[in-house]
Amino acid sequence: MKVTVDQDACTGSGQCVLIAPEVFDQRDTDGIVVLLSDSPDPLRHEDVREAARICPALAITLTQS
Amino acid sequence: MTTPSRIVVVGASAAGLTAAEALRHNGFTGTLTIVGAESRPPYDRPPLSKQILRGTWRPDRVTLRRPDALTALGADWLLGVAAVALDTDARELALADGTVLPYDGLVIAAGVTPRRLPTGHELGGVHLLRTLDDALTLRDGLLAATSVAIVGAGFLGSEVAAVARELGLDVTLIDPLPNPLIRQFGDHVAQLCAELHTQHGVQVRSGTAVTRLTSRDGRVTGLDLDDGGHVTADLVLVAIGSTPAVGWLTGSGLNLADGVRCDQTCLAAPGVVAAGDLASWPHPHLGRMRVEHRMNATDQGTAAARTLLGAATPFAPVPYFWTDQYDVKIQAYGRTGGDAELHIITDDTAAHRFAALYSTDGRVTGAVTWNLPRQARALRHHVAQRTPWRQALRHAATT
Ligand SMILES: Cc1cc2nc3c(=O)[nH]c(=O)nc-3n(C[C@H](O)[C@H](O)[C@H](O)COP(=O)(O)OP(=O)(O)OC[C@H]3O[C@@H](n4cnc5c(N)ncnc54)[C@H](O)[C@@H]3O)c2cc1C
Ligand code: SF4
Repeated sequence: MKVTVDQDACTGSGQCVLIAPEVFDQRDTDGIVVLLSDSPDPLRHEDVREAARICPALAITLTQS
Repeated sequence: MTTPSRIVVVGASAAGLTAAEALRHNGFTGTLTIVGAESRPPYDRPPLSKQILRGTWRPDRVTLRRPDALTALGADWLLGVAAVALDTDARELALADGTVLPYDGLVIAAGVTPRRLPTGHELGGVHLLRTLDDALTLRDGLLAATSVAIVGAGFLGSEVAAVARELGLDVTLIDPLPNPLIRQFGDHVAQLCAELHTQHGVQVRSGTAVTRLTSRDGRVTGLDLDDGGHVTADLVLVAIGSTPAVGWLTGSGLNLADGVRCDQTCLAAPGVVAAGDLASWPHPHLGRMRVEHRMNATDQGTAAARTLLGAATPFAPVPYFWTDQYDVKIQAYGRTGGDAELHIITDDTAAHRFAALYSTDGRVTGAVTWNLPRQARALRHHVAQRTPWRQALRHAATT
């Protein structure tokens, strides 16, 4: 799984960090998403899918690598 | 309860689309039909009053899913046609084009429509904002205008006021209540909102209502206020809240007291669930509510789909919303208005940073932050846990 984030669309809601803190973080200043790992451990895939699904800004894209 | 084999979704936007996806995700393989009054494929609304109005995004950027993802749902899309009547006994849905759709599961996700002033909407230069077309028309109007009056200082009115100032227009923000966003945030935070707009050059006219729009040759020229004042404007945005889109459900037997009234699991009647802006339900911890915010459309669409498939659990989210005004991002969890008590954690007005908790009966029921997104996430925990507020404040002071 390959993860990309669109920092321009992100609203800094932090929902992805709540679900998958190993994969996503937020910038201190404005809360915009920061990707900690673009090819997460398979154990995290379900959480990452959930994060992409609920992101209110549709800022997380998953592709099969 | 038998598993349904024919499910119809009414409303092809955030809540309806999510419900449809959740149905498939949870194993529903039957016939899925999605009915939407708008002819566009599902798109997102929050950017309409932000990036679209500012002109930083092209209109196609607001689509909720790429075409291939929509196709993958395996649904029949009936777009540009409204549902007009529901018979819950016969389990049939009638559409405006005469089609009658039998169903054994129904998701109602028709959202809300903007409230209007009693008169004046026929005038040129008077706008509402709910759809992408509304936003594009409003942007064109703003680009041609010099002075703007915004009726209603809720989220929508406040966001548009901010964008209109960024575009260099004269802006007057009018509301009968004492301060902008007071219903949403209570006195103190509403006062901060008023100051924010004033600092950016908005004329904030609080505590006064519009009595009539004035016009010349069919175009709006301004409005009269009940305090005797007059505001000159060549563009007026009416943003005075919305009403659930439930007119078509009259006579269906559903309880329409405030939107579609559901139980804890989003069930409105046997085989009928509701989700999103129009659904009211008794939140197990926060009491009956109807939430007109983006995250709830996703959360409740998912919950309603599960209920329809026989996996009902009480819907108990931590409600979340955000609003962007100028360079301030306001984020909130839980219940933040009403008679809840406010406890300030951070108050750095100069930097527009603010954080506070709201408590009811001694426990945290809400949180709000300005430009402190990480702290918002930390405070959410206390809303979710309903931490006693003293304990939450001590905790916040040490982190
Ligand atoms: C300009 C704007 C800015 C916003 N900004 C924010 C924000 O910053 N943060 C936030 O949290 N929330 C925001 N929101 C709120 C958020 O967009 C809504 O909560 C969300 O769109 C609700 O989704 P929904 O699917 O319930 O309803 P809607 O998005 O309203 O969709 C309902 C759909 O059903 C259709 N429909 C209605 N009646 C019928 C019928 N009889 N038959 C068939 N179809 C029908 C409608 O045409 C519509 O397409 C904003 C809303 C707007 C308008
Ligand atoms: S969930 Fe989406 S909008 Fe929220 S911080 Fe993550 S990427 Fe940004």
